[in-house]
Amino acid sequence: MRYAEEFRDPVAAKGVLAAIARVADQIGASGEKPVHIMEICGGHTHAIFRYGLDKLTPPGIEFIHGPGCPVCVLPMRRIDECVEIAERPGVIMTTFGDAMRVPGQRKSLLQAKADGADIRIVYSPLDALELARRHPEREVVFFGLGFETTTPSTALTILQAAADGLGNFSIFCNHITLPPPIKALLDDPHMVLDGFVGPGHVSMVIGTRPYDFIARDYGKPIVVAGFEPLDLLQSVLMVLEQIRDGRAEVENQYARVVPDDGNPVSIAACAKVYEPRPSFEWRGLGEIDASGLRIRTEYAAFDAEVKFGVGYGKGHRAVAEPEGCRCGEVMTGRIKPPACPQFGKGCTPEMPLGALMVSSEGACAAYYQYGGLRLEETA
Amino acid sequence: MNDRVRSARRVLADRVTLAHGGGGKAMRDLIEDVFTSVFQPPGNEDQARLTHAALAEPGAQLAFTTDSFVVSPMEFPGGDIGTIAVCGTVNDLAVGGAWPLWLSAAFIIEEGVEIATLRRIAASMQTAAEAAGVRIVTGDTKVVGKGSGDGVFVTTSGVGVIPAGRSLRADAVRPGDVAIVNGVLGDHGAAILAARGDMALTTDITSDCQPLNHLIEAVIVAAPGVRAARDATRGGLASALNEIAEAAGVGIEIVEAELPLRTEVKGVCEILGLDPLYLANEGTLVLFVPPDQASSALAAMQATEAGRGARIIGRATEAHPRRVVMKTVFGGGRIVDMLVGEQLPRIC
Repeated sequence: MRYAEEFRDPVAAKGVLAAIARVADQIGASGEKPVHIMEICGGHTHAIFRYGLDKLTPPGIEFIHGPGCPVCVLPMRRIDECVEIAERPGVIMTTFGDAMRVPGQRKSLLQAKADGADIRIVYSPLDALELARRHPEREVVFFGLGFETTTPSTALTILQAAADGLGNFSIFCNHITLPPPIKALLDDPHMVLDGFVGPGHVSMVIGTRPYDFIARDYGKPIVVAGFEPLDLLQSVLMVLEQIRDGRAEVENQYARVVPDDGNPVSIAACAKVYEPRPSFEWRGLGEIDASGLRIRTEYAAFDAEVKFGVGYGKGHRAVAEPEGCRCGEVMTGRIKPPACPQFGKGCTPEMPLGALMVSSEGACAAYYQYGGLRLEETA
Repeated sequence: MNDRVRSARRVLADRVTLAHGGGGKAMRDLIEDVFTSVFQPPGNEDQARLTHAALAEPGAQLAFTTDSFVVSPMEFPGGDIGTIAVCGTVNDLAVGGAWPLWLSAAFIIEEGVEIATLRRIAASMQTAAEAAGVRIVTGDTKVVGKGSGDGVFVTTSGVGVIPAGRSLRADAVRPGDVAIVNGVLGDHGAAILAARGDMALTTDITSDCQPLNHLIEAVIVAAPGVRAARDATRGGLASALNEIAEAAGVGIEIVEAELPLRTEVKGVCEILGLDPLYLANEGTLVLFVPPDQASSALAAMQATEAGRGARIIGRATEAHPRRVVMKTVFGGGRIVDMLVGEQLPRIC
């Protein structure tokens, strides 16, 4: 498998790991006084555990698992609203599969489906559009969620629906943007962070410039990284070198995929269709200013919140997180997943209580699946 | 026999209707023309009557198993629902050390299914049954209204005998035993995924569905100490290994670099974010043998058609009991847990 296996070469990894250990020594990082590096993206969290990178790197490096798993940060209230729409007569709700098990206050989409709602898994919003064309008598709704990675495909689907003049298709828009929560985390006085490994796929769309504030205003290094183990190790090394050299810059390790200016076609489509919401709720992090996107009034015909009178238009109603759930503290790096009293007991991937256990990209699910034992035990 | 020749092609309709499930002439025609003329069971009644002579198979224990098949799509590269309905039940018997002998086959057919599809499924079942050396001796059909099913669902039950002195049991695995698989992993799951068409993937991957009883017999002759075998169906190799680790109270360590995987399957998994350890197989098993018999077991497997790609992939350990751990290509170690939820809908 060319173009994947080169980035998993154990011999090359040894070289990078030795360099990481050297630079960690130079800056005095140790198990007692570790350097805290946040990998923002859930895909990176998954890769770190899948390849055991947290155990291969020296104890002076501590990974903090960031908010970049879109399913994990989806608030319960939005799941409840999605179920509410799905249970209306005549509605076909369409969604990506990984949203099915996210617990709502009343029920998950999976439970709603078992109770009789017509909920179907699709692989692209264009599949949902096709369903709307085939079922003119039904109202087809797409549960749009995700960061800048999935936002453009939803935008292009809305533009296509508008061009076709479809009257029975709408989007329940939960798209979110990544820079605002990073800013919120940096403003959190409890947060101790020395640098970031930046998201690869999001940056493919938005480029690297939206991260300038991290280096400029907060003096923290950030390196946009690919998803293979060598990508991640090299990015960690680049962050450490910035710290050693007293630099704070936006660097791009994933230049083979990420252009500094992003993808202008996607950016333009998104600007045409969406505008920022005043604020949006993040599970575990609360309301964050200008962190969510809503559909512009020009395209209100395709906005499920307008069509069904649910969501932010209806006024705020906060939903408390389940008792004993400490997802927020995990997400801000204050505790590790096993320190949560519910971890592996009241909260497992089979019966998730908190959001971070739901998706395989969530820090708790990754810990649960891959992290329950130390490497020495396997020798 | 003459009856059957005369009954050939009595069903002239193109599609199954509710009349085919009504208990009358149309149903009798469907059963006799489409199914019993192909399976040729002894007798034409619902019940199989197995004579004492037939039951006097040499053996110490009876083995009995059942399985239902709902795969979507019903036909896929490398087989169809009929192939896996026979192979699945034959393999369930075989991994328990039994010689599979007789199968039943029950069909739940949705109104509107093409008769030609049913004929292809029946032909696949007979081909698989002949390959395995078993007979389909009894069966049943029901027809449900449009929307109450999805094409054809098949349930097969199987009876076999376990020879005296033979014991293949998951809880017999001991630390140090060697784990061997008979061939590439994940082909069935990947083939189904590609055949579903949702992903617009074009691949040459075909399902691995095949009977494994002859292979298991060959291994038992070459390595009589073989402890346990498991077919790695739903939940893939990961689930089969976890079941064994749990039952035997041992740890299991596998080596990623030794896993036989087709480049195309790896590619499909990379694109879709799936783990090949969890992909379903329908003709792949893992077995555990004491270390001194590992090389003879491996050679015996490689000498059979179903075992040409056999590989040693790991061993049972005293360390980390009830846990399956994989040494990754990258030099790390990770836990291989049971599958949570479904990786794919309706794979078998």
